[in-house]
Amino acid sequence: MIPPPAFLFLAVLLFGLGVLAFFVKKDLLTQFMAVEIMLNAGNLAFLSLAKAFGRAEGQALVLFVITVAAAEAVVGLAIIVVVFRQRRSLRTDELKDLKG
Amino acid sequence: MAEAFWLIPLIPGAGALVLLLFGSRMPRRWVSWQSTLAVLASFVLSAAGFARLVRAGPDAPALAKTLLPWIASGSFVAEFAFSFDRLSAVMALVVTGVGLLIHVYSVGYMAGDKAYARYFAYLNLFMFFMLVLVTASDIVLMFIGWEGVGLCSYLLIGFWFDRPAAAKAGLKAFVVNRVGDAAFIVGLLFLLTAVGDPSFAAINAAPAAGLVGPGLATLAAVLLFVGATGKSAQIPLYVWLPDAMEGPTPVSALIHAATMVTAGVYMVSRLGGLFAASPAASAVVAWTGGLTAVFAATVALVQTDIKRVLAYSTISQIGYMFLGCGVGACAAGMFHLFTHAFFKSLLFLAAGSVIHALGGEQDMRRMGGLRKRLPVTFPAFLVGAMAIAGVPFLSGFFSKDAILTSAFAGGHYVLYGLGLAGAVLTAFYVFRMVFLTFYGEPRAAGAHPRVRESPPVMTVPLVILAALSALAGLAGLPVLLGGRADLFGRFLEGVVVRTAHRLAASSEVLLILAAAASALAGIYLAFVFYRGSPALPARSAARFPRLYRLLTGKYYVDEAYEAAIVRPLVRGAELVYRRFDLEVVDGALNASAAAARGAGQGLNTVQSGLLRDYALAFLLGVVIFLGALLL
Repeated sequence: MIPPPAFLFLAVLLFGLGVLAFFVKKDLLTQFMAVEIMLNAGNLAFLSLAKAFGRAEGQALVLFVITVAAAEAVVGLAIIVVVFRQRRSLRTDELKDLKG
Repeated sequence: MAEAFWLIPLIPGAGALVLLLFGSRMPRRWVSWQSTLAVLASFVLSAAGFARLVRAGPDAPALAKTLLPWIASGSFVAEFAFSFDRLSAVMALVVTGVGLLIHVYSVGYMAGDKAYARYFAYLNLFMFFMLVLVTASDIVLMFIGWEGVGLCSYLLIGFWFDRPAAAKAGLKAFVVNRVGDAAFIVGLLFLLTAVGDPSFAAINAAPAAGLVGPGLATLAAVLLFVGATGKSAQIPLYVWLPDAMEGPTPVSALIHAATMVTAGVYMVSRLGGLFAASPAASAVVAWTGGLTAVFAATVALVQTDIKRVLAYSTISQIGYMFLGCGVGACAAGMFHLFTHAFFKSLLFLAAGSVIHALGGEQDMRRMGGLRKRLPVTFPAFLVGAMAIAGVPFLSGFFSKDAILTSAFAGGHYVLYGLGLAGAVLTAFYVFRMVFLTFYGEPRAAGAHPRVRESPPVMTVPLVILAALSALAGLAGLPVLLGGRADLFGRFLEGVVVRTAHRLAASSEVLLILAAAASALAGIYLAFVFYRGSPALPARSAARFPRLYRLLTGKYYVDEAYEAAIVRPLVRGAELVYRRFDLEVVDGALNASAAAARGAGQGLNTVQSGLLRDYALAFLLGVVIFLGALLL
């Protein structure tokens, strides 16, 4: 039996790795995957706490997050594909058309 | 049918609405028929109402109809309520009768105009407002009509708005009327505060009931009369009417001679109870009228534009009407309004026929000798001229005599003298017009071989109006011929206030003879000046150069107003524009715009467009938020 704090610790670790990857990487696709890692870290935290307190709300919420994440992944990937087709590049330090 | 009298204003109103919305897409023939038939329907209804009132006898109540509630505030209630009494009946018959003839005439006169439908839409709209004015049963609804006719007057003076002079004249009429209307509104508010009920019956009864004291009655009546001097073109607000001649001639005949400009006389007659309660206000009315009658007549002596002579003549004749009302003879004033509507619109329409025949020429010095070339217009004009001059047994003779007799009988001898002098001047300037236009050798435009009589659609109204001008006087024969002679006065008895003065038959005969003599003297003088010795006008002008210049300069009233009122106002407005509008208002606006732009430029640097920077800001935000939450 692994103690619940260990899962929570893993979740925090995964989230920190996601943030680090997001800031370190310059590639839009990789950064997108970092976001996915952060999302799933959140899921893990939900589940571990649900288990620890013996309640079902956390598990239910995770199902919603997975659904929304799937939709988000579809839209996000579609945008990335279009950006790549137009620019032949996904480097985020080159994508700065929104500069004011 | 008389019960449907409230449709009298509404039919032309509906017609105007249809023409304004769809007129430009309608065939001309349809426009002519629709607008004329709308007025005909109103005329028939007015006649039916008139017949009902005659049959019902003098003591029967007025027809009344409340259409809709309007303003209800505490105890103050104003409604869209119409009433049709004997005074309304006279006005409605004059307005719809003359209006009908002028609609018919306009079909010919405006045939070539490109904005044909717009013209008839405005004309029908004018009929609507004018009929609201005369059938309203309270003063607030009457004021709507009062303002509405002013609007239509503005629209029709400036009908040819691509001519700068016409646009300017329309504006002048509107602004001058605003001055009068401001006084009217103030008077109205004084009155409503004291009486609390806007109906004419309540207002006329208020002085006797003690609701309105003598001081307030004078104040309110004089303020309302200032409004009337604007609308009815009296001293000091008459200056817009001569310029209003820039509008189409049928408009001058309908609005600026027969109907709208007499609204002030109607108002004073309608509020007879109020004016009778204040001798001072009545004196103001009488003296303004008497002075205007002579003043405008002297200016008319030297004008050369045929329509301007008629405009000054209208101002002068309305002066007579006010003179009658002011000396307590509103019935006589209304009678002159009635006859004047016929002969003045006749003169205008005949002048329009002349102008039409000469292709737009209005200067009498370039006419002459048109007697034979215009075989219908000439006799019609001559009848109108004789009627206004007061040639015995024509309508103007009886109505002017009724006013002068009332003035004399009331002991207003100076006013009587003014009126008599005005009568001589009137006869002179009118026959000067006749001689210059129709007699002598054809000059300039008059000599053109293409000059031809106008089509029947224009000449038939002239003939009808000529007959009315000649015969309308029979409605108000002098009381001298027996108590039953004065049909018109007896018809209005009980509706308008009248101070009765009895004169001995002998002095009344003398007054009638004096009136006839003054008319004939004026005509004789005109004959001497313009037929007898053609060099005389120029010689007398050279003899009295200052007087002549004063008259041709119209007493320099326009110039005085320009210098005393218009220019300081424009200067002041310009000053306010420069100092306040440009510097304060625009300054504040520009400063706020500059501040926004500066702030935007400052914040601009944050917007790098780089995903990383945004994410970093986001992260920092989360850290700060969490920190605050934990600490």
